[in-house]
Amino acid sequence: MAIQILMPALSPTMEEGTLSKWLVAEGDEVTSGQVLAEIETDKATMEFEAVDDGKIGKLLVAEGTEGVKVNEPIAVLLEDGDSADDLGETKPTAKAEKPAKSGDTPTQAEKSETPKAPATVSADVVMEDIPEGTTFTSRTVRESLRDAMAEEMRRSGDVFLMGEEVAEYQGAYKISQGLLEEFGPKRVIDTPITEHGFTGIAVGAAFAGLNPIVEFMTFNFALQAMDHIINSAAKTLYMSGGQMGCPIVFRGANGAAARVGAQHSHDFAAWYSQVPGLKVVMPYSAADAKGLLKSAIRDPNPVVFLENEILYGRSFDVPDIEDFTVPIGKAKIWRSGDDVTIVSFGIGMQYALEAADRLAEEGISAEVIDLRSLRPMDTETIIKSVKKTNRCVTVEEGFPVCSVGNHISSVLMQQAFDYLDAPVINCTGKDVPMPYAANLERLALVTTDEVVDAVKAVTYR
Amino acid sequence: MAAARKTKKSNISGEELKEHYRSMLLIRRFEEKAGQLYGMGLIGGFCHLYIGQEAVVVGLEASAKEGDQRVTSYRDHGHMLACGMDPKGVMAELTGREGGYSRGKGGSMHMFSAEKNFFGGHGIVAAQVPIGAGLGFANMYRGNDNVSFAYFGDGAANQGQVYETFNMASLWKIPVIFVIENNQYAMGTSMKRSSSTPDFYHRGAAFNIPGQAVDGMDVLAVKAAGEEAVKHCRSGKGPYILEMLTYRYRGHSMSDPAKYRTREEVQKIRQEKDPIDHVRDLLIEGKYATADDLKALDKEVKNIVSEAAEFAADSPEPAIEELYTDIYA
Ligand SMILES: Cc1ncc(C[n+]2csc(CCOP(=O)(O)OP(=O)(O)O)c2C)c(N)n1
Ligand SMILES: [Mg+2]
Repeated sequence: MAIQILMPALSPTMEEGTLSKWLVAEGDEVTSGQVLAEIETDKATMEFEAVDDGKIGKLLVAEGTEGVKVNEPIAVLLEDGDSADDLGETKPTAKAEKPAKSGDTPTQAEKSETPKAPATVSADVVMEDIPEGTTFTSRTVRESLRDAMAEEMRRSGDVFLMGEEVAEYQGAYKISQGLLEEFGPKRVIDTPITEHGFTGIAVGAAFAGLNPIVEFMTFNFALQAMDHIINSAAKTLYMSGGQMGCPIVFRGANGAAARVGAQHSHDFAAWYSQVPGLKVVMPYSAADAKGLLKSAIRDPNPVVFLENEILYGRSFDVPDIEDFTVPIGKAKIWRSGDDVTIVSFGIGMQYALEAADRLAEEGISAEVIDLRSLRPMDTETIIKSVKKTNRCVTVEEGFPVCSVGNHISSVLMQQAFDYLDAPVINCTGKDVPMPYAANLERLALVTTDEVVDAVKAVTYR
Repeated sequence: MAAARKTKKSNISGEELKEHYRSMLLIRRFEEKAGQLYGMGLIGGFCHLYIGQEAVVVGLEASAKEGDQRVTSYRDHGHMLACGMDPKGVMAELTGREGGYSRGKGGSMHMFSAEKNFFGGHGIVAAQVPIGAGLGFANMYRGNDNVSFAYFGDGAANQGQVYETFNMASLWKIPVIFVIENNQYAMGTSMKRSSSTPDFYHRGAAFNIPGQAVDGMDVLAVKAAGEEAVKHCRSGKGPYILEMLTYRYRGHSMSDPAKYRTREEVQKIRQEKDPIDHVRDLLIEGKYATADDLKALDKEVKNIVSEAAEFAADSPEPAIEELYTDIYA
């Protein structure tokens, strides 16, 4: 029987792709391992190889087709003994495609279920500090981060980028796309896999007055470099009596991606927030990613800039303002409301905003605050809001013990105790290393349902 | 310093040769199937295939004995199959199911088998190097003559902890074999762009650790070098470095745009250096096996892999209670 070749998933986050080019034609004999086609995903253009030997019976999807869904048949392969007559009667590439027996949702359904951020800024957003009449362009977080680095590198020759795969490969997550071409290898530097070493070198260069941007492929690998981030970068200004600062940015993907397991799915927001001498920023939207990264690069202090892989491909409206910056240490009110204050940051905002939408349908009006910066933290904005709503729920993906939410609860208890009508609830990731299994991973992460439940609890509904 | 390029081959029987052929083929077919299941969405996250490098683990496992330990990186499926772990359990871990070696909680990069002395499966580049030396330390401490194998890549070979480990391993004469699987690339970085000196087997010289570069596409050369290294370690002379010159045919993980090398480069190695074709030729030329024998073997291996894939797809997801188990002993 002929075999259907299905559109492959080529990355952890891929749902569909473009079939850019066929490298085989109908009637060609192919062997396993031979490249059949080039497929473009959200991250890269990749080659797709044959698994079985046989002859290409039919190409079902024309080259150049966009939006081909994962698992959609794209070609028919005839095995030994098949004839063109078998074209009608096909089986999928493997018969293994059975859903799991337990767990209510099969692995496959996973992907489409991932909640989506609003494609553009909703009308509700309370935009601060943006002049009336400003126009906006839809940009992804990925593009905005790149734009911010490019603009700052044009502004000052002392700004440079170093990290693993940032130059020739264009970034493991394609954040530094095009930078090597524009700025050359002196300023866009590929390093060996030696986080502790190159972070130390960058810190030394910052002591000497340069402005390094250090990209960690993900912040999981910054653990290798922790000593330089904390002991060298954060503390030297103080230890030198103010003589020697460290104007450096440490940036990269932080927190859980999708199905990459315990060692690659850790949110370090609370860790870095604990350290005096560091500034810590964790944007949600593309506009904030851009404006905050530009501020971070200009800041005379070490700034830990926490990004999120899942947000990289999301689009938001970015203001068409020349040299657009967002101040570090200022929260943003995404949506105003009267009944409860939901405080979040980074990807947590996705759950916070979704919960607010759902709560609105039930007549509960939530004010949603995006902290954007964790250190310094804009507690003033939180307190002001809680004095109005008298209730607060915090949302983050990190672990529950000694979390950012714990800190906010403590601040509210000390500075707004008399205004609270209910205990503050912290919605967080679960107190477990991130499991790989799809069903357990879903349980380990914070969910919109949990946020909705928490709001109902604090509003006694 | 005894750092030299050698290709001494061990004497080997037809039966043994056939066994190596089968082991390598099992890894190859298993990995092809894993790639396919990934494409179908049954495997998620990262999935690093070992295709092209099969001779390294198969040759070295042939020089190991009961009680020896091994530890490696995230590119670990081949190591697990070669040390005798069950393909079903490995594949079911890749799909994140209850039947997997870590009951679905570890995934492709984080798998272990206490029974087979396989200590992972590590997602952090080079973390397994001092851990491998620690396994050797335990052998030394207990006074047995077991050795440990610490496998790592050419990219990992630049991490600082490798050299901290070299120093202590030599200082304390730890029986550990450092196996550098030099497949020439660390993700998209060719070794030439990341390493100030190209000969990794020399890198123990400053610490007085002997090293050899070995044709890692030739299972017999690997086995011979492995035997020498093992003898050195078992006799209490301390660590040994084996640089395996090898090649990965597939992308780094599943999403790899492969712009850093040409298709011709990959094709050339596949055609001229393939470790499995090499042994197939030896078997036929030496009249150890007929084409039909090999076809039967192929079929047997394919069946094992199909069964593993079926098991991995049918095995249920872990019970939700598993979320909170195994955090503390
Ligand atoms: C400390 C750390 N830094 C970066 C990474 C991301 N990463 C995973 S594999 C890899 C390349 C490693 O290459 P090599 O050591 O040559 O092994 P190979 O993949 O070729 O087997 C990188 C950079 C990581 N997992 N851990
Ligand atoms: Mg390598």
